[in-house]
Amino acid sequence: MGAIGTVSALWPFFASLSPARDTIAAGAPIDVDVSTIKPGQQITVVWRGHPIFILHRTPDELKMLQEAKDTGLLRDPDSQQPQQPSYAANWHRSLKPEHLVLIGVCTHLGCIPRLEAAPGGDLGANWPGGYFCPCHGSKYDLAGRVFNGVPAPLNLPVPPYNYIKDNLMRVGENPPGINFEISEIEQI
Amino acid sequence: MAAPVKQNKLIRWIDHRLPVFTLMEHELNEYPTPKNLNYWWNFGSLAGIMLVIMIFTGVFLAMAYTPQKDLAFDSVERIMREVNYGWLMRYIHMNGASFFFIVTYIHIFRGLYYGSYKTPRELLWMLGVVILLLMMATAFMGYVLPWGQMSYWGATVITNLFSAVPVVGNAIVTWLWGGFVVDNPTLNRFFALHYLLPFVIVGVVMLHLAALHQHGSNNPLGIDRKGPQDSIPFHPYYTIKDLFGLGVFLLFYAAFVFFWPNLLGDPANYIPANPLQTPPEIVPEWYFLPFYAILRSVPNKLLGVVMMFGSIFILFLLPWLDTSRVRSATFRPIYKWFFFVLIVDCVALGIVGAHRPEGIWVVIGRIATAYYYFHFLLMMPFVGWFERPRPLPTSISSAVLKGGGRLAGAGATMEKP
Ligand code: HEM
Ligand code: FES
Repeated sequence: MGAIGTVSALWPFFASLSPARDTIAAGAPIDVDVSTIKPGQQITVVWRGHPIFILHRTPDELKMLQEAKDTGLLRDPDSQQPQQPSYAANWHRSLKPEHLVLIGVCTHLGCIPRLEAAPGGDLGANWPGGYFCPCHGSKYDLAGRVFNGVPAPLNLPVPPYNYIKDNLMRVGENPPGINFEISEIEQI
Repeated sequence: MAAPVKQNKLIRWIDHRLPVFTLMEHELNEYPTPKNLNYWWNFGSLAGIMLVIMIFTGVFLAMAYTPQKDLAFDSVERIMREVNYGWLMRYIHMNGASFFFIVTYIHIFRGLYYGSYKTPRELLWMLGVVILLLMMATAFMGYVLPWGQMSYWGATVITNLFSAVPVVGNAIVTWLWGGFVVDNPTLNRFFALHYLLPFVIVGVVMLHLAALHQHGSNNPLGIDRKGPQDSIPFHPYYTIKDLFGLGVFLLFYAAFVFFWPNLLGDPANYIPANPLQTPPEIVPEWYFLPFYAILRSVPNKLLGVVMMFGSIFILFLLPWLDTSRVRSATFRPIYKWFFFVLIVDCVALGIVGAHRPEGIWVVIGRIATAYYYFHFLLMMPFVGWFERPRPLPTSISSAVLKGGGRLAGAGATMEKP
């Protein structure tokens, strides 16, 4: 009895620290015109306070993704972990192969990885191009798939999104008929 | 009860109703202290003074500081430029955190060397570890308040440590933040807690002192006091020694405050927080570097977090991991060397923590992390078993009067044959 009373009395204090109603409401979808993103270019938009990367991948880069899948360098090459909606659980982790949409938050401890699209360079001769997190050195490929042997455990998350017109993307909303909640993602 | 205190009528009147003077008399004047304490014993009182300085400057800073994400950075700059002597208070507080940690770390290594964690001082030691943890939490949250780039990204990385907890990790992080990213609610609660925790530390310090006064200070020989010939009253002998030490300490502290106020800080924290851009490198304040190095050395997220926190929690077990009954490393020929290697190891971890986790630094970091755990989990119990300690002096007096620990041989009680 006493325990129940104590827990009920403490609950409001505990709950007051969770996100407030207006904080939760600030998560409305945003529209992005993707026609201006040239192949090889990436833009960053903000949704729910997170940076959202939208990358236009070149055909060469897409070809490399398919090869990378079989090299065994990736921790979760087939997107088995729930880090994306079902419609992005494919080899390119996106709706249209060329447009990659990611929540740009490292799954290790939340830094923002940077795009290092060019192969080789500072990151070693066998660097195939991808994302590099400066904080503790986690590496992802150009589909946001995490490499083995880095501190980050999971692929970069893909947010819900769809195309409401051919070149108009809506971030934060699923294609019609699909129910995917961002909370289903294992980890942002 | 010594008489002088009770001579003044007013004092007698008060003391009869509220025995504060009796208490002071008891804890300072009559409190018997080993007569052979060396300068390493100054660091406890220095830590206490640092706590007072931090609270004092902190309260005045809080009167000009604004815990709101769009205003926090500017309010700190305003403290620096517009508020009278604001720069002084901020520099005392900012460098104070560093000096508080220097003093506390020396205080802890003093305890490790002279075996101050051994019976009957286990709880005294454990309360000290609690203080260390609270200090770390306080310093971490304080560093977030100026809302610079390092504040923001440090807060992001450290709070995200909890996402490593299986199943409920993300829920915990969202709860800690009060949102989906580090944001205004986070800043607000950190300020409230940064104000509160130092007073909690004051409370634990009181318990720490109560535990200390139960059996009195340990001493460089690590043997118990056998009688009045081994002790001197705390006041005036150690009050004056502590004050002298304080003077020397303040020289160093003031040199930093007035001549190199930003030497220990990261320049990136003078750039306002930008949630969309991680700085090229996130480095915590120097006093967290060894722990950060452990975190980064482990290629598995959950294990890295566990090993980082474990490196402090392991100190709670120290009284039972150390199997030797001889306290002072002066009489422990093998342990003594391991102690110095541990210092080198911790410094190495600190240096690794300041470098990008690449190439040789990863290797050194992993070796140093493994060694840290080896020291506490394997070396401590085993060396305690097979080491043959040097003979202990019969009493503090005998060692002191004949001048030095070497001749301790005279009439030794051997702890182990
Ligand atoms: C255990 C004691 C304390 C420690 C270790 C500590 C540590 C810190 C640190 C590291 C900072 C960041 C300094 C900077 O980089 O600018 C800070 C800032 C601050 N602290 Fe404390 N603090 C302590 C006690 C207090 C107390 C008791 C208060 C208030 C009652 C306080 C109020 C503030 C304020 C307002 C700031 C923001 C202004 C600034 O950044 O200079 N602190 N603290
Ligand atoms: S936060 Fe990206 S590697 Fe740690």
